[in-house]
Amino acid sequence: MTAETVRETERDTERETEREIDLADATADLTRAWTRPAGLSGWLGDVDHKAIGRRYIATAFGFFVLGGVLALIMRLQLARPNSDLVGPDLYDQIFTTHGSTMMFLFAVPVMQGFGLYLVPLMLGTRNVAFPRLNAYGYWVYLIGAVFLWVGLVTNTGPDAGWFAYVPLAGPEYGTGKRMDVWAQMITFTELSALAVAINLIVTILKHRAPGMALHRMPMFVWATLVTSVMVVFAMPAVMLSSGMLASDRLISTHFFNAAEGGDPLLWQHLFWYFAHPEVYIIFIPALGFVSSIVVAFARTQLFGYTAQVLSMSSTAFIGFGVWVHHMFATGLPQLGQSFFTAASLLIAIPTGIQMFLWIATLWRGRIHLATAMLFVLAFFATFMIGGLTGVMIAAVPLDLQVHDTFFIVAHLHYVLIGGAVFPLLGAVYYWFPKLTGRMLDERAGTLSCALVFAGFNLTFFPMHQLGLDGMPRRVFTYDAATGWGPLNLTATIGAFMLGVGVVITLVNVVVARRRGAIAGDDPWRADGLEWTTASPPPPYNFHELPTVRDRYPAWTSPPDQPVVHGVRADRPELLVTTVVDAEPDHRTELASTTVAPLSAALGTGVTFIGSIFTPWAVPVGAALVVVALVMWFWPRPPHREELVEAGR
Amino acid sequence: VTAPRVSVLDPAGPQAAAIAWLWDLFLWISVFVFVIVVASFAVATIRAVRRRRRDGDGDPLAENPAGDRRAIRGVVAAGAITVAILFGLLIASISSGNALASLEDDADALHVRVTGRQWWWQIEYEHDDPGHSATTANELHVPVGRTVHLELTSADVIHSFWVPSIHGKKDLIPGRLNRTWIRIDQPGEYRGQCAEFCGLEHARMAITVHADPPAVFDAWLAHQREPAAAPANAEAVRGQQVFNGSPCVLCHAIAGTTAGGRLGPDLTHAASRKTLAAGALGNTAGNLASWILDPQGIKPGSHMPATTLAPSDLHALLTYLEGLR
Repeated sequence: MTAETVRETERDTERETEREIDLADATADLTRAWTRPAGLSGWLGDVDHKAIGRRYIATAFGFFVLGGVLALIMRLQLARPNSDLVGPDLYDQIFTTHGSTMMFLFAVPVMQGFGLYLVPLMLGTRNVAFPRLNAYGYWVYLIGAVFLWVGLVTNTGPDAGWFAYVPLAGPEYGTGKRMDVWAQMITFTELSALAVAINLIVTILKHRAPGMALHRMPMFVWATLVTSVMVVFAMPAVMLSSGMLASDRLISTHFFNAAEGGDPLLWQHLFWYFAHPEVYIIFIPALGFVSSIVVAFARTQLFGYTAQVLSMSSTAFIGFGVWVHHMFATGLPQLGQSFFTAASLLIAIPTGIQMFLWIATLWRGRIHLATAMLFVLAFFATFMIGGLTGVMIAAVPLDLQVHDTFFIVAHLHYVLIGGAVFPLLGAVYYWFPKLTGRMLDERAGTLSCALVFAGFNLTFFPMHQLGLDGMPRRVFTYDAATGWGPLNLTATIGAFMLGVGVVITLVNVVVARRRGAIAGDDPWRADGLEWTTASPPPPYNFHELPTVRDRYPAWTSPPDQPVVHGVRADRPELLVTTVVDAEPDHRTELASTTVAPLSAALGTGVTFIGSIFTPWAVPVGAALVVVALVMWFWPRPPHREELVEAGR
Repeated sequence: VTAPRVSVLDPAGPQAAAIAWLWDLFLWISVFVFVIVVASFAVATIRAVRRRRRDGDGDPLAENPAGDRRAIRGVVAAGAITVAILFGLLIASISSGNALASLEDDADALHVRVTGRQWWWQIEYEHDDPGHSATTANELHVPVGRTVHLELTSADVIHSFWVPSIHGKKDLIPGRLNRTWIRIDQPGEYRGQCAEFCGLEHARMAITVHADPPAVFDAWLAHQREPAAAPANAEAVRGQQVFNGSPCVLCHAIAGTTAGGRLGPDLTHAASRKTLAAGALGNTAGNLASWILDPQGIKPGSHMPATTLAPSDLHALLTYLEGLR
């Protein structure tokens, strides 16, 4: 991107606009154009990516706490043999809701929430491509999430596991409404995830700052792009299968009924074709966090940028070819199993390369050991263990032994907590100043990191041994004669330590929001565009839309760096740039604040929730959605110059 | 009495031994890789922390082409070693997989059918004459040193057969017949339990495998193929009348009598078994009485309903059942 083309853009757009925009006077216009109307309807109709991103993050952390409470109840129940704290009926609801909450209501939405908040700031734009779709996605997610928990507290919590294997989850054995709640919750959250993914893909490909060619995008934006593409390919499989499960349960189809020619294994294929990529959908954004934090706190360029991008992309690609390693015990042919063993081992290569690249980056850096960096160091150590046990269970013979045991419980928590939650907590410490304008307390952060790291390992490391000693997953109790008591007690103690560590960070967040030290624009002297604007950013993100000429714009920022002119300040306009090179292409005006997305989400909610009880919910809900969509797509009143052009 | 063996790392047959060997290989390679990689992170971090403390912040955009070349060589070498290790592990995994399947062609194998049910195991030793097939529950008896061919299926939801000291697991899936082959080379008792979540009492669905010398096993099986012992005394005769006149008979079969229910465990030789309710209780008269009167108190959700009996009837029933050796 040269200054030449920017001036060209400027000339083009000047011809189109009726008045010249004086940037010095534009602040008032920008504020008016991008601030939501006051009052409740403004709040409910907010379409700003920062507001929606914050809502996703806050809601997801709320469910993280709830899911964590369920985990602690399970740990208390398992702390000693033959405990009768909770019976099997409640325990099954608790472990199902714990898994479903952590996967669908916490991990995916929190990563997408960070993407929604940060990506437009990192790209140097003012909102996402489809702001109303964004609001719709959030409301749909919220309705589905609350629905699942209303189910649990009314003793209608799903109880067949977050994987919902049929026939246990089917109409014959999963009686009552419990698994209907689960199936529809899935549909809600996947719909939301798809909406966010499409939004982020289009935003990343079409709204980058002029000059931010693909090879200059921040690594977190790459991670978000790769993840969003995975969502688009993975979610349809689970929406299909949860739809088939719902119709088996509600209108007596026989997709999974062996007695009528259906097949219970079909469920497992469809579910894991989604659910294994799901792990990477959670994990790859965390890789983006790690790269961002390493660059900022080691104060050096990321080593092997292209190799990092290729590693994440190939992880995403191979991630779709490994689902059968969840099904080695189902009796599939040996040759096919060998293929999936090879694919599952293959995926260790790009991940290994990324680890080596980070070592090389740290090697040449100058590290500032802030809390965010400490969480990333904790990630390196713990994720290595999860990755290596992942290599073990790729081997069919080993998997046949440890599959469905506490060994797997250990493995998956090493991957998801060590691999994703540690970087996420690092990201909280890193970007909190940008979100709120205030600093988190670093001493509390260090203490939290130490407790989380120690508590986590104390909880989950002994579970490897429990699995080898024969303890299956998803058992609500065990007999003293098994000898599993002491390690389970150890795990329970660790879980509470982990819980205290998380609570310290939550308290830190609550306190710092009010009383934290003022952060300023760029407290870490970091590299990305998000640090070049105020903290918290104004509603319009950037007073002057930036252009970039390399990967670390905030570090280089030469005084003669051009800015974009010609995008109107008095209307919510975005600059659209080309896909590969981010050349300025045209302007687009975004839709305004409206409660139509909320109304459409409520209509969707009536459809899905009502359909559990009566088929009539489908036409009624569809009609409500149509009304909301009419409101949504109602044309805005024409601008003056459009009337002039039309000759009126 | 020693406790039944239950550990992946305590193999009693060729398959579990092959897997334990593979486990050791993977474990030590993983430990090696972990130590190297974490040590590299630690050294890189300590170096960089010290450099900052000594020299302060440098220019983050400073170029160091010589350092980059060294780093590229390092990453490429580490990547190549990773690929080589993974390839070696793949070969080891596939050859172990072949070893696991090596018992498949043993023509002398004993055939046993195992059916998973919520929440117990039905075990059938078939015979060319169906009248001589033996059916038992939750205790799989096998001869030491002989290949056993297990046919696995489910009558309701998916279960998984897993006895860690013998072999990895294999699922029992409704509408499908899965097969697995095992051999136990050391006499003894081996514990396992259902490994696929199957509902409320998934935690209490244990199975015990008894590996006995061939002569002992043959005697056991010959006895199991016999019909039930006739009631030995008047109290037992009355007990049988109680059994046949109560809901018990709707679900339980006793070979040689009119009791032919097929939903619950076969009771022909129930008294010869060591446990009740899939390992939930020891098989004593007191436990049997509790189980009959209040199964929901012992295994909540169990498909066995509570049966209300007068004390004298209960006593007679227990006498009869205790005689079913």
